[in-house]
Amino acid sequence: MPIKDLPVEEYYIPGSAACPGCPATMAMRTVFKALGKNMMMVVPACCTAVIESLHPNTSFNIPTMNIAFEAAAAGASGVEAALRKQGKTDTTVVAWAGDGGTYDIGIQALSGALERRTNFIYICYNNQIYSNTGIQRSGATPYGAWTTTTVGGKREFRKEMGEIVLAHHIPYVAQACISYPEDLYNKVKKAKAIKGPKYIEILAPCPPGWRFGMEKTVEMGTLAVETGAWALYEYENEKMTFNGRSKLILEKKVERKPVEEWIKYQGRFRHLFAPEKDDKSIKEIQNHIDQIWERYRSCYL
Amino acid sequence: MSIMIDTGNYIAAKAAIMAKPDVVAAYPITPQTTLVEGIAKYVETGEYKGEYICVESEHSAMAACIGASAVGVRTFTGTSSHGLLLMHEMLHWAALARLPVIMCNINRVIGPGWNIWSDENDSISQRDTGWIQFYCSSNQEIFDTIIQSFKLGENEKISLPVMISYNAFILSHTSMPVNVPKQKEIDDFLPKRKPKWELDVNNPITFGNIILPGEYEKVRKEMQVAHNNALKLIPEIAKDWKKRFGRFHGDLLEFYKCEEPDYILLSMGAIGAESKVAIDNLQKNGFKVGLARVRTFRPFPQEEIIKLGKKADLIVIDRNISPGMEGVVFTEVKSSLYGKSDAKTYGFIAGLGGKDVTYNDIENICKKVINKKAKDFEWYGLEEM
Repeated sequence: MPIKDLPVEEYYIPGSAACPGCPATMAMRTVFKALGKNMMMVVPACCTAVIESLHPNTSFNIPTMNIAFEAAAAGASGVEAALRKQGKTDTTVVAWAGDGGTYDIGIQALSGALERRTNFIYICYNNQIYSNTGIQRSGATPYGAWTTTTVGGKREFRKEMGEIVLAHHIPYVAQACISYPEDLYNKVKKAKAIKGPKYIEILAPCPPGWRFGMEKTVEMGTLAVETGAWALYEYENEKMTFNGRSKLILEKKVERKPVEEWIKYQGRFRHLFAPEKDDKSIKEIQNHIDQIWERYRSCYL
Repeated sequence: MSIMIDTGNYIAAKAAIMAKPDVVAAYPITPQTTLVEGIAKYVETGEYKGEYICVESEHSAMAACIGASAVGVRTFTGTSSHGLLLMHEMLHWAALARLPVIMCNINRVIGPGWNIWSDENDSISQRDTGWIQFYCSSNQEIFDTIIQSFKLGENEKISLPVMISYNAFILSHTSMPVNVPKQKEIDDFLPKRKPKWELDVNNPITFGNIILPGEYEKVRKEMQVAHNNALKLIPEIAKDWKKRFGRFHGDLLEFYKCEEPDYILLSMGAIGAESKVAIDNLQKNGFKVGLARVRTFRPFPQEEIIKLGKKADLIVIDRNISPGMEGVVFTEVKSSLYGKSDAKTYGFIAGLGGKDVTYNDIENICKKVINKKAKDFEWYGLEEM
């Protein structure tokens, strides 16, 4: 659906305490538009717990319950069961968590809820760090990135959470990015119509966390996709489809831009460029992305 | 009314499903296992018509109960020992969210080393989570307390989760005859839950977002008021139950032969039941010792303890220990009495790790006090280290 045709109703309402240029708010606005009024949301500890504003105010016009860091998927399981018992099966239950709450502390509850075939949409907005606590490494932080707990740059590669979820053989898994709102909207719409567990992960470039200007959020997302540092895909009925630019990259119809084109704008990689350029580390990052795409081709083309 | 002869866990499962919870979420742990198996059996027979979520951990069990309870429905779970400890964070969450999740906890020892027998350190160490805590001494009391707990926790003046604790194996795996009311009688006693707040698409609220210090302190005070309300409501519910079903296990405490005592023995759980035999024997031999079995650990019955302290010296047996201090009930009793009574108090630790505490042991403890040989606080049956 073209962006001009998205529903005009806003469930993400004024009063938010988000940073300027926050990608989570962009994602949320689109997700809310796709799901409409008949939804409930469970939010663990993450930036959204701040974004939603201070008690007794709220910036959401959606019933929302905050829950402990590792408990989003389990809490949502309970909400879903209660709604089913009440016969309200048309209400969409959403667990909305960051990458810390998904990749790391919340992975057990998520895996359990997926295996139990919980009828909900689990959305991970992935900014590749623990941003709410002030930029610490997570399982989603890419190799080489500075965080306050990887001061010299992270020495490990990030997990492929989407594929961990995929191994649960649930009906719908997708990766999206805030820079492609139509794609995100369509994926959420599709997930809403499917019964059972759905997982959507949204890449969310974070200006203070990644150290770039607040006006560059969308550009950082676009470059992540264009360099292949992030892929847009959806996995439905055991079949993988890459979307948009990522499809063209997979089919080798367009070249991936060098990853340097993405990382050079981010202060979290500054130590790879100054005082001297660290070609070795940049190459490590590039090689890793190359390997991921080789695997994507062998598995999904 | 019918008689069911079964173990504490199967009796608890029966009570739970007769309260008709909409959602049960649970994870198995010895010795709670037969409780969740009992509920699973009722799912299979169709006697339990609610949703049963087989979660992947106790933390998720409590999180799922919280999620369901937030939608406004009735919830139940059960756990034990390490399972309860894993839930700890979510116990606070349920209580602060004022969600009346009802839970059985089968009192089991904490490791290492692994030990599946009974002591109370699991639930005692959840003292400050905001949960109402009952301790039972028979399978009939387990049944009756579970049903009563739904009525208590869901009352609008309470809105708190309730934990019903009973001893591993001594009760959980021991069969006793239990009077089971008709379903209609339970339904008449237990009205449908009217939630204090709920997630509702027609009235969207954000629950649990950031709260500033001044507002947060009010939340804590409201919880305290709810616990004070429970001190009044627990006896009312027990009285109503007695009127309807003819059974009474005490309210905040159960008193036994406490008319004109020189000493009153305080204990909880199965030791409380065993103590009755000891009291009979002691009184037969001319020792004026009565029993006050503490049923409600939170809220703690301070006023009643003060009344006891005004008529006798107090002996407390704790099947728990706060390391670096003493038995927890002993501390609570002394704290309640401070400045209000001159009663002497004697604390004993007994039965940790599931060590058997017989009526002989209880008599020995009381006689040691009566013969002026007891210290203020000691470990029964262990040599000095």
